[in-house]
Amino acid sequence: MRVLVAMSGGVDSSVAAALMKDEGHDVMGVTLKLWSGPKGEAPTAGCCTVSDAEDARRVAAQLDIPYYVLDHTEDFRGGVVDRFVADYASGRTPNPCIECNRTVKFDRLLSRLDDFECDVLVTGHHARTRLVDGVWHLRRGEDHAKDQSYVLSMLTQRELSRTRFPVGELTKKEVRRIAAGMGMRTAHKPESMDICFVGQRDYRGFLHDVAPQVFESGSVVDTDGREVGTHRGVAGFTIGQRRGIGVAVGEPRFVIKIDAGTSTVVVGSREDLGVNEVDLEQVTWTSGSSRDGDVMAQYRAHGEPVAAAIHGTKLGFMERQEAVAPGQTVAFYDDDVVLGGALIASTA
Amino acid sequence: MIYLDHAATTPMRPEVWEAMAPYGSDSFGNPAGFHGASRSAKNALEEARERIAAAIGAQPMEIVFTSGGTESDNLALKGAVYNSSPARGLVTTTVEHEAVLETGYFLERIGMPVTILGVDSEARVDPDRVAAAVSDETAVVSVMAVNNETGTVQDLSVISRVVKDVNPRALVHSDAVQAFSSESIDVGAMGLDLLSLTAHKFGGPKGAGILYVRDGTALEPVMHGGGQELGRRSGTNDVASAVGIATAMELAVADRARFGSEIGAIRDSFENDLKDRLNVVVNTPGKGRSSHHLNVRFPGVLNETLLMLLDQRGVYASAGSACQSGAATVSHVLEGMGLAPGQARESVRFTFGWTSTADEAAEAAGIVSELVDRLA
Repeated sequence: MRVLVAMSGGVDSSVAAALMKDEGHDVMGVTLKLWSGPKGEAPTAGCCTVSDAEDARRVAAQLDIPYYVLDHTEDFRGGVVDRFVADYASGRTPNPCIECNRTVKFDRLLSRLDDFECDVLVTGHHARTRLVDGVWHLRRGEDHAKDQSYVLSMLTQRELSRTRFPVGELTKKEVRRIAAGMGMRTAHKPESMDICFVGQRDYRGFLHDVAPQVFESGSVVDTDGREVGTHRGVAGFTIGQRRGIGVAVGEPRFVIKIDAGTSTVVVGSREDLGVNEVDLEQVTWTSGSSRDGDVMAQYRAHGEPVAAAIHGTKLGFMERQEAVAPGQTVAFYDDDVVLGGALIASTA
Repeated sequence: MIYLDHAATTPMRPEVWEAMAPYGSDSFGNPAGFHGASRSAKNALEEARERIAAAIGAQPMEIVFTSGGTESDNLALKGAVYNSSPARGLVTTTVEHEAVLETGYFLERIGMPVTILGVDSEARVDPDRVAAAVSDETAVVSVMAVNNETGTVQDLSVISRVVKDVNPRALVHSDAVQAFSSESIDVGAMGLDLLSLTAHKFGGPKGAGILYVRDGTALEPVMHGGGQELGRRSGTNDVASAVGIATAMELAVADRARFGSEIGAIRDSFENDLKDRLNVVVNTPGKGRSSHHLNVRFPGVLNETLLMLLDQRGVYASAGSACQSGAATVSHVLEGMGLAPGQARESVRFTFGWTSTADEAAEAAGIVSELVDRLA
C-alpha cells in the first residue's frame, strides 16, 4: 500500500510511521501547518509547534521516507478557530481538537489521498479498527488509559475504511519502547496538552485578542432570575465553573446555564448542575445506520462512560450527570466498540 | 533528478569549488593581518574584488563583500536611509524579494517614509509611477532587475534616469540576484548607485554576496566593528567566498550568451510542450522576460500536491516562495500581479540554469503533463 502518515512530531505518530514502513508499505509523512499568529509566526504550544514539525522531519529522515509540510491554515481557521470563537460567543463549550480531527484531518486531508496517490491515511491515535463482516468497527485503544476513540467518535465508514491507527494496538509504554529502541528523538517527548492556537495562556485571553466583541457585559442571575451580579461577556464562562463568577454568596455557586441571546449567566447550587437528558446534534453512527436504545455514553475526553439511552436526538442518562455543557462531544459505546458520536445541543 | 529550481539556488560549478579550495586549507590567513599568511590572503581578496568589479563595469573599491543577497539589500536600504540627514525614506515595489520588502516594513516601523508601488499584470512597475512617488523625502529607490518568481525584467536605465530627474540626491538600488546569469549587468549603463548580487544563483557558493556601492556614495554600515571593507561592512573577510564569487561571475559572464540561446530555447520548448498538452496559463510575461524563468498556472491543480508528486518522481520545482517550514505559501508577487490567492496556489515556478539539458526538460514536461492531466 501507499500510506500517508500524519506526523505531528510526537512519539505516537513517529512510531506509526515506523510500523508502516516495517510492514513494507510505501510510506510518506506529512505535517499539517494549521495555524500561524498575526505575523505568520508558528505556534509554540499544542501538537503542531515549529519544533514538533522539525522533530517530524527528522524522524522521517531517519525512516528514509519523503516528508512534506502541508498548508491547511485556511481550513483550520474556517473549520476550527472561527467555530471555536462562535461557540464561545453563543455560550457553548467547544472542543477544537475534535473539530480539527473532523474538519481538517479526516475530511480535508483524507479527501486529498487520491491526489497523493495514497491508499490509506495513518495517524498516531490510540484506537483500533477492525473489519467485521464488511463493516469497519472502531474500538478503544489497547491502552485504555491512553485511549483516544472519544475524539474519533464522529468517524464513519467513509473515513474508517481508509484510515489505520497502528499504535492503537500497543500500550503507550510499548510505543515508547519501540521509539527508544530505534533511537528516535521523540521517544521520551512529553504529550501536548495545550490548544495550539491558544498557547499556554488562558483561552479567554485568546478570545479577547481575536474576537473582543464576544465580551459583551450582562447579568449574573440565580435560578429564580434575580440578578446577583454582572459579568463582562458570556464567552468567559463554562458550565460547571465555580471560580471567577464574581458573586459573593454563602454557599458555593456554579455556572449552570449560559444564555448568549440575553447575555445572561445563571448560577446555582451543585444540585442545580445536574442534567438528566440532553438534545443532540450532528449525530453520526460508525456503521452508517442509526440505532435507538441503551448505550454507554462518554461526554468528556477522559471521563468514564455512563449508562444512557438514546432515542433519535435525545439522550437520557440513567443517573443525573453534572457539568454537561452544550458544544461538548458525546461518544456512544458498546463495551469498547464505538457506536457513534454527537454534539450536545442543549441540556435539560 | 531533474533540477528545475535554479532560481532557488544553483549547483556550484566545479571550477569554482576548485578555485576556493586553497583558502580552506593552506591559505588560511586573515587578510587584515601583518605577516606573510595574511599577505597572500589579502592579495587573493583584492584580486577577487578586481575581477568582480570588471564583471559589472565598476571600480574595485566600489565592491563590498557581504554574506549574500539579503545582507546586501539590507545594507543598501538601511545604509542609505540611516545615512540621510534629515532622515529620508524608501520607494520600492510590491514584487520585491522579502529582503527588500521586510526591510521596508522595518524602516516604516521606525518612522521613515516608505512607499511601496503596485505593479502591472506582468509584475512590472511603470517608471512614471516611480517618478511620481519620488520626492525630496526619498533617500533610496529599490527595484529588482529580474523578478525571482516570474522572470520579469525591469528597465533600470529608464527607472534610474526618471528618479534622478526628480531628485538627483536619491540613490537607485537594484536587487539583481536573479539577473546576473542571463542579463548583461553594467552599473554605469543601468545608472545604478547600489546593486546586490549573490554567488549561489550563478554557480557559486552560498553565503557569498556583494553590494556595489558607487564611488562617493555614503552608507551607514549595518555591521559595525573592525572597519573592514572601508568601514562599510565589518567582519573578517571570507577569502574563499570572495574567490568563489569572483570565479563564478567570470564563468557566468562567459556562459551568458548560451543562456540567451540554448538555455532560453530549453525553457521555451518546455513551455511549448506544456501548452501543447495542457490547459496552462503562463504567468511569466511574453516580452521582457528572462531566459530561464517560467511561472505557469494549472487551473484546478493545487501547486502543493503537484510539487509533492513531482518531487517523488525526481522533478524539483517550487511554488516561488516558501516559508521556513517548507510549506508552500501564497506568493506575494503573483498577488501583486493581480492573481487571486486561489490562482497563486495553482502556480508553479520552473527555472532553468547552467546544468539544464533539452532531454531532461522534455522528460520533465512529460511527467508534469501526466500528473496535471490526472489532478485537474
